[in-house]
Amino acid sequence: MLTRRNALKLVAGAASLPLLPSKAHAAPLTYELRPEKLEQGIWMVPGAQQAITQENGGAIANITILDSSAGAIVVDTGPSLRYGEALLKLAQELTGKSVARVYLTHFHPDHCFGNQAFDPALIATTQGVVDGMKALGEGFSDSMYQTVGDWMRGTEVVLPKVILSAPVEDFGDRRIRALPMRGHTASDLVLFDEVSGVLISGDLVFLDRAPTTPHADFERWRISLANLGGIPHNRLIPGHGPAEPGDRGIRQTREWLEGIEAMIRDAFDRGLDMNEAMALPLPKWAENIAVSRYEYERSVMHLYPKLEAEKLPRVDQKS
Amino acid sequence: MMRTAFFLLFLATSFGIASAAPPQDPLQSPNWQDMAERLLSGHAIEFDERVKISVPSTVENQAQVPVTADARALPNVVKMIVFADLNPIQHALTLTPGQAAPFISFRMKIEQATPIRAAALTSDGVWHVGGIFLNAAGGGCSAPAVGRGEASWSETLGQASGRLWREADGFSRLRFRIRHPMDTGLAKDNTPAYYIERMEFKGNKGEPLALLEMYEPVSQDPTLTLLVRLPAGDTALDVQGRDNNGAIYRSSVPAPWRQSILAPTKQLLEQGPARC
Repeated sequence: MLTRRNALKLVAGAASLPLLPSKAHAAPLTYELRPEKLEQGIWMVPGAQQAITQENGGAIANITILDSSAGAIVVDTGPSLRYGEALLKLAQELTGKSVARVYLTHFHPDHCFGNQAFDPALIATTQGVVDGMKALGEGFSDSMYQTVGDWMRGTEVVLPKVILSAPVEDFGDRRIRALPMRGHTASDLVLFDEVSGVLISGDLVFLDRAPTTPHADFERWRISLANLGGIPHNRLIPGHGPAEPGDRGIRQTREWLEGIEAMIRDAFDRGLDMNEAMALPLPKWAENIAVSRYEYERSVMHLYPKLEAEKLPRVDQKS
Repeated sequence: MMRTAFFLLFLATSFGIASAAPPQDPLQSPNWQDMAERLLSGHAIEFDERVKISVPSTVENQAQVPVTADARALPNVVKMIVFADLNPIQHALTLTPGQAAPFISFRMKIEQATPIRAAALTSDGVWHVGGIFLNAAGGGCSAPAVGRGEASWSETLGQASGRLWREADGFSRLRFRIRHPMDTGLAKDNTPAYYIERMEFKGNKGEPLALLEMYEPVSQDPTLTLLVRLPAGDTALDVQGRDNNGAIYRSSVPAPWRQSILAPTKQLLEQGPARC
């Protein structure tokens, strides 16, 4: 008879057997951060151009590390406590200094769930980002644990303690300009390094990876992209995708947003339901963009309820 | 192999003659036998690829999962039901098509990863079952269900909106949305079950066209797509809903293409002179 005690023995026995574990379980759950040096004293840790999965541990967003004479400056903290800890170590190694400032570009979990590894008194962002984390942080947390599993172990939502009020912050030889915008979410913080001319856009810009839209205001987003295009810069670090000189990311993000919004509105106007709209073919150019089908489907689910609420004519009769 | 043999033995002992047992489930749901007995009893059952369920490849919002059931490839469908094996309440809706196609799109609450199935009963007394496995591990940026949504639900209760499109095959495509909390009665705050349980679709001269019975798993603010054959000469599709508290919700969705070419002018005249 299989009693509880016997069952435990069985489990203990199995654990000591030299079983070949599956590949997923063999992974040591260590984030391997591979910083790319962009300019003197600026590194980007590139995120995987993928959806959040158990395989990538949610490490899909770009993280930026800047050196300054006052200490390391980190932009975004990654998806989990474990990632944040690896990032803190990396920032200290690269700069040889302790962290002077952490900025958060917005409230999505792939950008701010590594906060716990840092001193909250050093984490700065806008009031809108904090509000978003307060409202949605626990929900994101559930969803992240469900999606990426053990990578999240010990991760809790940690709110920033610093609300940015001044347009610039000086860190010895480096001056960072904070540019609050919106569109990808209700509050997106863009950062500009006045020394190097590097523009850090957060998720207002995606490059070669389809933009995500769960909290997007498409019209606002387009305005922010136009504003970003008006800022002369030597290089743009997008929220996802390669950091390049020029404005390819800005243009591609605008084309994507305009393209899929037009497609979805057209599907709605033709009377298609969500699943039918999701099955429509994407234009050729979109096929070269990572996770385009996945993000298009998600965008259908984000936009359709708004269109239904706004555009279907009232038909109820007073009884 | 051994497992299959054991399973067959189990089937044989549980149901006696093999022909009485529902066919083996291609989706291998632990609840399939129970579903078949509770929802599909009294008729032969076969799995049939002509009955299609469409769902997204990822779940954005477990309280609003778009589901499309389509049995148009089958002749003579007299009834179609949609259910999710592993939901706390499995049965989402029953469509009695009448003058509608065996087709419906709606949004469904999903508790966990589950098979979602449509079963279409044809006039020869056979349930044709199709389904798909929905992986409900949400995307990282998915907010969870918020239950009743905004506090002001009572102010918008029963507000309906909708539109009709003419399809090339003679059907009219209805998209229809009605505001209702659609409470399951399972929420921790003891809110009782409160949902629209019946929707009748009629021509505007009263001819019954289709009947939809809905249950708790249908999402808040039911949003439906149906294909209905509107009688010739009818200018609107009437929808009458009733919730489990007995409240009646009446709507009429105009079919503008059936109006004579003069109608727009007439409408303009009725609105009175344009303001300058």
